[in-house]
Amino acid sequence: MEKSYTKGLFGECLQAQTQPIVIFDLQMTEPNNASPDSKWDLFWSFTRLALQGFGGVLTVVQRELVENKKWLTYEEFVEDWSIAQVLPGPNVINLGLMFGERHFGLAGAFVAVAGLLCVPCILVLTLVLCFGSISDNPLARDALRGMNAVVAGMVVATGLKLIPALKKNPIGTTFALLWVAVTVLSVAVLKLPLVGVLFVIGGISTAWAWRQMGLIDQAQNTPKPSTSTSDKSSAP
Amino acid sequence: MTLTLIDWFSLFTHFLGVSLLAVGGAISAAPEMHRFLVTDQHWIDDATFANSITLAQAAPGPNVLFVAAMGMNVGLAQSGGAQGGWLSWCYGALGALLCMLGMLLPSGVLTLFIARWSRHNRELKFVKAFKAGMAPIVIGLLISTGYLLNNHNHEWAKDWPLWALSAISVWVVWRTKIHLLWLLGLGATLGALGLLQA
Repeated sequence: MEKSYTKGLFGECLQAQTQPIVIFDLQMTEPNNASPDSKWDLFWSFTRLALQGFGGVLTVVQRELVENKKWLTYEEFVEDWSIAQVLPGPNVINLGLMFGERHFGLAGAFVAVAGLLCVPCILVLTLVLCFGSISDNPLARDALRGMNAVVAGMVVATGLKLIPALKKNPIGTTFALLWVAVTVLSVAVLKLPLVGVLFVIGGISTAWAWRQMGLIDQAQNTPKPSTSTSDKSSAP
Repeated sequence: MTLTLIDWFSLFTHFLGVSLLAVGGAISAAPEMHRFLVTDQHWIDDATFANSITLAQAAPGPNVLFVAAMGMNVGLAQSGGAQGGWLSWCYGALGALLCMLGMLLPSGVLTLFIARWSRHNRELKFVKAFKAGMAPIVIGLLISTGYLLNNHNHEWAKDWPLWALSAISVWVVWRTKIHLLWLLGLGATLGALGLLQA
């Protein structure tokens, strides 16, 4: 199951024909992912990364899971993050649930979320008991302001690092970059509500991707070696 | 003021509902939590509400833990606050547990369901088109979120040290392998020394 997943976005297109029309590059950067050895490994890895994340753990998740442990490629990270972002609930928790579930089923999902939350939660509750009125402390407030500026930069960098993953997107690099720009313009400059942008621009972009994939299928013009009826719309 | 059993239950059910409202992250549902906890029920005051968010940001871990901090404060307010001893701490822990469970259950179940469904149906054209189409949007959202996080006074003359620090942070995270904790420590130190106010 994991094996075919690592083929990524549209790796399946390769299976059916010998002469693919290379509209987008089908090679993944890391063809074989590593994966967590055990649930303990999963739990401690997620605990460790949660404890490094001040002001949000997204950047740490990307660094640890993609760059250090290589449990995900950049492409897989973007795919998972898309789903985690669109669904309601805390995004990083959603990401952890999906990651844990993929490797160890339902138990894995619980273990990943427990890893993300248990130790940090105890820490936060202790802090509430000890420093309940932190906002009144000017020193703490100034320090937090500095940390916030750093976190803001980290989140931007996380986004920038994912841009190369768009090279393999059937939308085409130019259009993909255009969508990135439109999103930044709508949210950061025009201050449109995030949920609206997610569903309206995301919807248009998905429809566009659908159309492009149709064109790619046509261009390949191969008979369908359809094996099951339920999967009639899959690539060639 | 003491919470009745029904109050505890409504605290839990409120967060069950909030969970499904929180598209784009837990913090996006903060106004709704404020309306319920502060404005309607008066279980905590404005300052405590703000403190919960600040504290969770200062501590390591996912942002959603501000919900646990709020629940803790609701519980603590029941009997004597943080100095109220064991009973008050137990109320605090109960509040934290109920809020976090409420916040995580509905969205978690939905996420698991969708994750499983999309994995079993990853050959479907719709699933592929969705993943391909959403990728540039979520990347754009990350870049914008980072930018919005830094919108302090809307005055360039006052904010430029913060922008400069953010720019350094972008470069370091993007281009180097320097550990993120060093960067956070630098931000906290510069801030505490008062160097970020022009």
